[in-house]
Amino acid sequence: MSTTTRGRRILLPLLLAAALPGAAAAQVTFDRLLNAEAEPHNWLTYSGSYSSNRHTALDQIAPDNLDRLELAWIFQANSLEPFQATPLVVDGVMYLTEPVNNVAALDAATGRVFWKYEYTPSPLARPCCGAVNRGVAILGDTLFLATIDGNLVAIDAVGGGPVWKTEVADPAAGYALTLAPLVIKDKVIVGVAGGEFGIRGYIDAYDAATGERAWRFYTIPGPGEPGHETWENDAWRTGGASAWLTGSYDPDLDLTYWGIGNPGPDWNPAQRPGDNLYSDSVVALDPDTGELAWHFQFTPNDPYDYDSVQIPVLIDAPDGAGGTLKLMLWANRNGFFYVLDRENGRFLNGTNFVPVNWASGLDDSGRPVQTPQPPGATTFPGVQGGTNWYSPSYSPGTGLFYVSAWEAYGSVFEAQEAEYQPGRVFLGGRPANPFGAGANVPSLRRGHVNNWTDAAGGGAVIAIDPRSGEQRWRVAMTDVTSSGILTSASNLLFTGNREGDFHILDAETGDVLWRKPLGGMIANGPMSYQVAGRQYVALAAGHSLFVFALKE
Amino acid sequence: MGTSARRRAAGWRAGALPGLLAVLAAGGAPLAAAQDHAGQYEQADIEFGARLYDANCVQCHAETGDAVAGVDLAGGVYSRAGSDAELRTLLRAGIPGTAMPPNEFNASELTGLVSYLRTMRDFDLSAVTLGDAARGRGLFAGKGACASCHRVFGAGSRTAPDLSAIGAVRTAAHLQQSLLDPTGSMLPVNRPVRAVLEDGTVLTGRRLNEDTYAIQMIDQNERLRSIEKTGLRELTAGAESPMPPATDLLDDREVADVLAYLLTLKGL
Repeated sequence: MSTTTRGRRILLPLLLAAALPGAAAAQVTFDRLLNAEAEPHNWLTYSGSYSSNRHTALDQIAPDNLDRLELAWIFQANSLEPFQATPLVVDGVMYLTEPVNNVAALDAATGRVFWKYEYTPSPLARPCCGAVNRGVAILGDTLFLATIDGNLVAIDAVGGGPVWKTEVADPAAGYALTLAPLVIKDKVIVGVAGGEFGIRGYIDAYDAATGERAWRFYTIPGPGEPGHETWENDAWRTGGASAWLTGSYDPDLDLTYWGIGNPGPDWNPAQRPGDNLYSDSVVALDPDTGELAWHFQFTPNDPYDYDSVQIPVLIDAPDGAGGTLKLMLWANRNGFFYVLDRENGRFLNGTNFVPVNWASGLDDSGRPVQTPQPPGATTFPGVQGGTNWYSPSYSPGTGLFYVSAWEAYGSVFEAQEAEYQPGRVFLGGRPANPFGAGANVPSLRRGHVNNWTDAAGGGAVIAIDPRSGEQRWRVAMTDVTSSGILTSASNLLFTGNREGDFHILDAETGDVLWRKPLGGMIANGPMSYQVAGRQYVALAAGHSLFVFALKE
Repeated sequence: MGTSARRRAAGWRAGALPGLLAVLAAGGAPLAAAQDHAGQYEQADIEFGARLYDANCVQCHAETGDAVAGVDLAGGVYSRAGSDAELRTLLRAGIPGTAMPPNEFNASELTGLVSYLRTMRDFDLSAVTLGDAARGRGLFAGKGACASCHRVFGAGSRTAPDLSAIGAVRTAAHLQQSLLDPTGSMLPVNRPVRAVLEDGTVLTGRRLNEDTYAIQMIDQNERLRSIEKTGLRELTAGAESPMPPATDLLDDREVADVLAYLLTLKGL
């Protein structure tokens, strides 16, 4: 199968002329969101477009001028919480969440702040893994912020004032919101985090104008609903299945796709016999009603915390018979790369992209042939997975899919009985470091000094040909990586690593063309935009947002 | 109006205003200081506090303030608090193990309550009233034309500051002063700016942020503007508020209604 590109380059000059530097009209209609790829000077959704390929049609920054790439400005957060947000840019104004839940509007060309909306979360918030927020969504002139203490907040995108607030989830019961919401039509869609607290997960849609809830999809079916039979006894009530990362949307099929998190307790599957739907699955929902169209489960009865909370990447490809295949590409935390038919969830292809020993492979339906390791033996990939929430990218130019991977990294899993108590962690064991006392576990590395053993595994950027599932190239890193990936029409690949390097690779070959140490962990997806004819690339490192552009 | 029967429901009497403004002009008293006479508390804060007292305190402490054993609020006899600062802390935290519960009062509510508690013995409430918040809401969007410049919870213009949380960040006294004398009480952050670009374009609006090399403003068309100063022919900040005194459009009672409405605006 070969991939198709759309006619975006032709539209580009016209649209750039319409951009007004230093001014904000900020009327982002649903139509503009649908056609986000046609205005690449802006970045209107978390993943840049509904297809979530994190590919920019901007090509001013190119392989032959990287020697002119320089720092344009820095935004330093007044916060020491992890900085994992992807900013939006709308007609010269950048909207950025400052950890945890403040929202700033900045001049995207200079980084100067127009206003800041300050939100103080309730002390009841108890996120499992850092008080993070991954960004805002926009519709019309309203921004939508999902807060760590379970609220959805609407903010005036021009003046920065509050519009409405709705409670999505109860923080005291372990629920949290960390994702950037997804706007579809007149609704704001969010999912909950809390898979380590014995929650029952859900995805909600709210009326963008009023904050009223339009629908709720429980990610664990209740009694009488299809899929409920994959749970026994009352395990479904505390079965986790969070949805803590922004989904994608296919306007032609009118389906929105969301990755679902691990079942709970995380590491003791004996407490929840069955496949545990829809944990570790992708679900396709009707955005108007929340009705389930189809699902595909990556890891049934998961004992490893292999959340399927990755970004669904949607591409179209010729089927070889004059038609078009509507595909979904998915590099999963469980170490396998999947190609699905997004019309019906049918499994088309799957190959492991990192060393895997928890399964010997996938059967014809895509179900893993599980090979649990003996007690005390190391399971690959480890608890943080072959990849995680870090955004991958698909380039229509190269036809390749790019993912940040953790290679040769494993954990020793041991199940323990867990007792559910509301609002307390509900884990069922603990993944141990298999590399001996004193060796650092990659998922816990922090700080400026790294001297762990090579045995602990490392990170890599991997280029996968989705036609075959084969690796085209890989670029290994000493430390693991939590960075997302951006590709551009000039065949560049922008990414980073935990060591703080911002590096730019040749998307065809993987050659490292340019790099700059930024001095702090890079843990978001680089994004790109253009103001007054100048292309910028922005990414967070440490506690700051760094923005680069060509020397003027 | 939620005030109790012991107070005569009265609109603002014109004769009461000059005296009231003289009190306001004296400025706010430092909150941490122990205060011992009524003149150190703002009239509008006292009135606001009286309303909060009726809603939150009167059930246990009674109107006279002496219904709890060992406590005489009007007489200045408290069980735990000495200074105003301690009283504010106590009002928020409550007294564990007693019927005095913790409360989520914001800063302006605490100012109001402390002002009222310290003056309740001899305060004459007949001279001033906060008015009716529901009527004030209608006046804000209608006759008072406040919404033609100000925005509240997504409705109204953005040329003047968003007021969705103004009742939580400004005292009743400060708000009253702003309504009656917008220019005299204008904060520097709200000074109107006028910027003339190199091509002669004139922008007027509100300054949001400024540094040595650039200024950020929201202009008369509600657009965010970030302007490098090298691209400016002229930049001036006015000392006069674009807002007319509320009494230009509203009578005294209506101003009191708008003030009561503003005090209900506490953000999300």
